[in-house]
Amino acid sequence: MTSRSLPRPVVQQSASEATAGGAAAGHHAHQPRGLLRWVLTTNHKEIGTLYLLFALLMFFIGGTMALVVRAELFQPGMTFILPEFFNQMTTMHGLIMVFGAIMPAFVGLANWMVPVQIGAPDMALPRLNNFSFWLLPVSFTILLSTLFMEGGGPNFGWTFYAPLSTTYAPPSTSFFILAMHLAGISSILGAINIIATILNLRTPNMRLMDMPLFVWTWLITAFLLIAVMPVLAGVITMMLLDINFGTSFFDAAGGGDPVLFQHLFWFFGHPEVYIMILPAFGIVSAIVPTFARKRLFGYASMVYATASIAILSFVVWAHHMFTVGLPLTAQLFFMYSTMLIAVPTGVKVFNWIATLFRGSISFELPMLFSLAFIVQFTIGGLSGVMLAIAPADFQYHDTYFVVAHFHYVLVPGAVFAILAAAYYWLPKWSGVYPNVKLGLTHFWLSVIGVNLTFFPMHFSGLAGMPRRIPDYALQFADFNLLSSIGGFLFGISQLLFVAVVILCIRGKGEKAPAQAWEGAEGLEWTLPSPAPLHTFDTPPEFVPERDSPSRH
Amino acid sequence: MSRDQQLQQQNVARTVRRVLLGLVLMVGFTIALVPLYDVFCEVTGLNGKTASSAQVVGGAPVDTGRRVEVQFVTRNAPGLPWRLDAMEQTVWVHPGEVALARFAFVNVGQELSSGRAVPSVSPSQGARYFRKMECFCFQEQWLEAGERSEMPLVFQIDPDLPEGVNKLTLAYTLYPQGQAIGGYHEQ
Repeated sequence: MTSRSLPRPVVQQSASEATAGGAAAGHHAHQPRGLLRWVLTTNHKEIGTLYLLFALLMFFIGGTMALVVRAELFQPGMTFILPEFFNQMTTMHGLIMVFGAIMPAFVGLANWMVPVQIGAPDMALPRLNNFSFWLLPVSFTILLSTLFMEGGGPNFGWTFYAPLSTTYAPPSTSFFILAMHLAGISSILGAINIIATILNLRTPNMRLMDMPLFVWTWLITAFLLIAVMPVLAGVITMMLLDINFGTSFFDAAGGGDPVLFQHLFWFFGHPEVYIMILPAFGIVSAIVPTFARKRLFGYASMVYATASIAILSFVVWAHHMFTVGLPLTAQLFFMYSTMLIAVPTGVKVFNWIATLFRGSISFELPMLFSLAFIVQFTIGGLSGVMLAIAPADFQYHDTYFVVAHFHYVLVPGAVFAILAAAYYWLPKWSGVYPNVKLGLTHFWLSVIGVNLTFFPMHFSGLAGMPRRIPDYALQFADFNLLSSIGGFLFGISQLLFVAVVILCIRGKGEKAPAQAWEGAEGLEWTLPSPAPLHTFDTPPEFVPERDSPSRH
Repeated sequence: MSRDQQLQQQNVARTVRRVLLGLVLMVGFTIALVPLYDVFCEVTGLNGKTASSAQVVGGAPVDTGRRVEVQFVTRNAPGLPWRLDAMEQTVWVHPGEVALARFAFVNVGQELSSGRAVPSVSPSQGARYFRKMECFCFQEQWLEAGERSEMPLVFQIDPDLPEGVNKLTLAYTLYPQGQAIGGYHEQ
């Protein structure tokens, strides 16, 4: 039975929509106009839009830095930029993409979609929401300004290992620490808000196991953020003290231990990489059933798999540091616990494929990006299992194989899921469908570009090319040439996405109905397209037997 | 505000309080991780650190059936114009035997300065079986310009040293003292 034959809740018309045109009703009367409207807004949709646009801007800034890196690596023996600047580019690219692009993009999607998916009028703490967004532009302005300071910006890699980031760091490092603190506070406040919203503002009758998987994955992600952001804050504070106040947390000369830095960093860092992928799982779990016109296979197992991945992420951190000299028992423990994560991840991939099995599949833009996500993320997952093998990791450690691995899970993984989400919900946000021709070109150029960039890195890595170097031996020339061409292809083709978004914002395109996609389920599709500013002022009707994604 | 909304606000406040409590606990946990790591390493010797003050001679009988090679390695951290040399590169000892090794410090710089040698043992599972009765590494040294000083290390290998370990390397790294550590401008 397809979802179409099920009775759907009636399209909601919110109070403010009904009075649109004249003075808006009641508490929305004194809305500021122009720029101040965006600075002062407490509306979850507007803040979500701000987050998404900010993430897009950062994606292009970080992407430009990646292209600077790829330009330098185009040929061996070339000096397009100085090695010192090369190091700043790799570091800033990583920091901006992780903390400025991927995380804010997911928070933006959560802001937009979580309240409308659970039938809430807004986030639980709207003013806090405004504050947590506006911390981000401040944070990243500070971070980017370090590039213009004496001694340059951060040049120690995005993992900022001590003593590179303490004893040998440029003087701008204290600004880097401040920027990271602000971004961390923003993430923590965002997480508090999301947890408070999901746990308290669900429409009556919606139990936890009735929530869409995007909401579920974000709830778990928010708990991860609460658990590990304080660890990041702690570790950068210790760096600050080491640099400016003569302590020796990470300095062997004063009785400290640089390896402690790595333990603390990766205790934050490993859950952090799941923070960047769990919401992507939620997005794909929403899109695949829509375009396969079947309910998601194994809803409960998806929830439990997500939770298992989150819990396991706390006991695998040292697989990033097999080569620091861990005792054999520790290496074995971290090797096996890391491999264990492949089980719940495999459950997820299996469930998506089982959802596709005998479905009535159609290949709209969001579906294309989601299917590409499943394939490419699995490639990244498999190289992850290879890296988990401790003895093999001694060979792969700090080579381009690692670069290939984490870019496969983050770019054709997380970034593709974010793009899929944008194509999926743009009709709801803007009221028009994304331009199919542009979107298809964007998709195919992205797929070709991303694989041309990152697949050869597996080979250059296995052949022994180390990461974070501005030049390399002749034997790696061909692979690097391919990677650079692919990188520019991928980077430039993202401009097509900007064109798609601009067309949608300006309302150019086929008008979308409330139910924008034939097979889509969920409360957001009961709202008109574009979704009015204020929705679900009264909680929508929700009948688990009819509306729950976990119903039988 | 309706009763439902009031109730909802109370629930939100309760959730926020709980999450904040979790946050505070995690901050505390992070701070606690630093001493916990030290204790963990001290118990297991995992980071190759040896005891930071003199230990008494262990009473276990000398195990003459076994010989362990002890290697000395020295190196200089940047910023201190000193030379540190192990006068014996290698000594062979029986576990339980008290042995002596001498080290020569030379200040090749132009002025009085102070430094400290920080030891590290590898393989790390041997670290806690490396007992030191006397070591220059327990305090900092001061040397006049051009001054040379010989200092002893009195040590004993615990007979409980695991079977597989037949060679221990003790590395001393010489660090400058009496100035702010870290910081770019000081280099």
